[in-house]
Amino acid sequence: MKNAQLLLDDPGWIITLKAVIVFAVCVVLTIMSVWGERRLVARMQMRVGPNRVGKFGLIQALADGVKLALKEDLIPAAADKVVFVIAPIISATTAFMAFAVMPLTGPVTFFGEKTVMQLTDIPVGVLYVLATASVGVYGIVLAGWSSGSTYPLLGGLRSSAQVISYEIAMGLSLVSVFIYSGSMSTSSIVQAQQETWWYGLVLFPSFVIYAISMVGETNRAPFDLAEAEGELVGGFHTEYSSLKFALFFLAEYVNIIAVSALATTLFLGGYHAFPGLGFTEQWLGGWFTLIWFFIKVLFFFFIFVWLRGTLPRLRYDQFMQFGWKVLIPVSLLWILVVATLRVISTTSQSRPVTFGFAGVVVLIVLGISTAFDNSKKKRDSVVHPTAAEPNFAVPSLPSEITTINVSNQGGDRG
Amino acid sequence: MQSLLTIQGPETALFWFLAPLAVLAAIGMLLVKKAVHSALLLAWVMITLAIFYIAQDALFLGIVQVVVYTGAVMMLFLFILMLVGVDSSDSLTETITGLRPIAITAAVGFGGLMVSLLGHATLGREPIGLDIANQSGNVQGLAELLFSKYVWPFEVVSALLITAALGAMVLAHHQRTNPRPTQREQAVNRFRSGSLAGAAGLPGPGVFARHNAVDVPALLPDGTPAPSSISATLKARGDVIDSSQFQLDNVDTTVVEEK
Repeated sequence: MKNAQLLLDDPGWIITLKAVIVFAVCVVLTIMSVWGERRLVARMQMRVGPNRVGKFGLIQALADGVKLALKEDLIPAAADKVVFVIAPIISATTAFMAFAVMPLTGPVTFFGEKTVMQLTDIPVGVLYVLATASVGVYGIVLAGWSSGSTYPLLGGLRSSAQVISYEIAMGLSLVSVFIYSGSMSTSSIVQAQQETWWYGLVLFPSFVIYAISMVGETNRAPFDLAEAEGELVGGFHTEYSSLKFALFFLAEYVNIIAVSALATTLFLGGYHAFPGLGFTEQWLGGWFTLIWFFIKVLFFFFIFVWLRGTLPRLRYDQFMQFGWKVLIPVSLLWILVVATLRVISTTSQSRPVTFGFAGVVVLIVLGISTAFDNSKKKRDSVVHPTAAEPNFAVPSLPSEITTINVSNQGGDRG
Repeated sequence: MQSLLTIQGPETALFWFLAPLAVLAAIGMLLVKKAVHSALLLAWVMITLAIFYIAQDALFLGIVQVVVYTGAVMMLFLFILMLVGVDSSDSLTETITGLRPIAITAAVGFGGLMVSLLGHATLGREPIGLDIANQSGNVQGLAELLFSKYVWPFEVVSALLITAALGAMVLAHHQRTNPRPTQREQAVNRFRSGSLAGAAGLPGPGVFARHNAVDVPALLPDGTPAPSSISATLKARGDVIDSSQFQLDNVDTTVVEEK
């Protein structure tokens, strides 16, 4: 039975309960992931991380949240009051809304009602996620503008330009998934992957483009230029404090989890088990699929943290260039290839034609990459026009030192 | 025909809740003074329309309305409007006298004409109803029409849009007269130009513990202001504060005890 049919006969109270559960899961995940991120990043930096509040420091993030909420709520005198208050609300609300279409489990029995843990299953579910994301940008832009201050404005501009550009790449990377699954509904895409392979393997280039653009979309390191503290103080939320800041904080983490959940749904088979472990899906009356789903989501979250612990921030122009001149053209070409392959395989169904086409594509890619390498070598070999090399007094390199003058400056060791 | 016009239950409630809000927002859009507020109200009207589309089973249209109009077009508007700053508002003084009554008359007349025309309009045939139109799925139905019957207009519109985008780019593009120095070239030049003073970065503005604004030149150890510590733009505008008043000798350091 399809998810949409299962959801159709849900009584109102189950829908309400599900909405509350989705909300609660997002908030709890945010609190836990803040803790998890701090511990992981600490390990990567040879530190221990928060370990004082609660067992293993587990409720550190909760304590920080309480502290944040009790702080003084400031509205700058130069701010546009109404918009200043609305902005964080837009940001947080839209972040939660994306979760409505994520299928968290397979068919389960929920208070005696056979259903799936998914709030609604609309035929354009993935587009709906893009729509909520694009409204979420308003929160950032308006926060930057309404603060009435220079750094937030610059941060807001950067952030909105970044999110819009990377949303295009993200949208394009989804197209090939639509072509292969023949649907834009999240549950059908999960189902379609079960019938073939995970799209993370079949459509690997799309997966890579999506993974890169989801980091850009959520303003996370190494793409966190909107809050580059060395340049912009705190970016768009510089002037925010107390609960309003907490809302932005919440929105950022819920967004991370939402894009991870979308990646799981579209590319890693959603709530289904790893290939070969399909029997686990029946455990706990089907609820075990929830665990599979969150294992995959947390895997993506770990990647987010890993990136933050590893990579330095990009320069803004290089970042935009990468988005517009690399990701978007590459995904357009990839869509072309996928669409052609799809047409060949659905109409003629002759293997030689398919393999021939794929071979030609691979050859073209290899040719382009060779040409690119050559031109890069040529560019690197250009000698920079320079003035005379300056002559500084510098210490000799270790290899140049032949004698070491050891003289005891008068028995300092006693 | 009649069955199409009757709306029942939740949809009626939704309509009577959102429609007044949409109309209020539309009127407010014309009346508010700040351009950004106008843009926001317009975005709200668009989202309300999208909700109506969704309520009337046009799911794809509703979502695309949000993605394209609210998310992309309106965002670009907002992007430009943001640059005018938070406290600027439109001037409402009439530059040409008598323009306002003419404009109002024309607008009301045009509105009346449109309403009367649309009121008389017919589809020319009986509508078949949403159930039949959405028979094979809303998206599939649209795709079938777009890529068969309307493929020519669809392609023409997309060609038009691409031409417009290219035209905008050509008009906005300008060629640099000399190539921009790369980061590497800048680094090389810093070290190989006449002085090494700026090699490790220029001094920051401000006088320690006295004044940290960007328009106050830093003081060098000998007490003279460092000209390289402030932006050339500020210097050209004449917006530079004399920092000699913050020199230790000139500052009043006598402590006044509070009683």
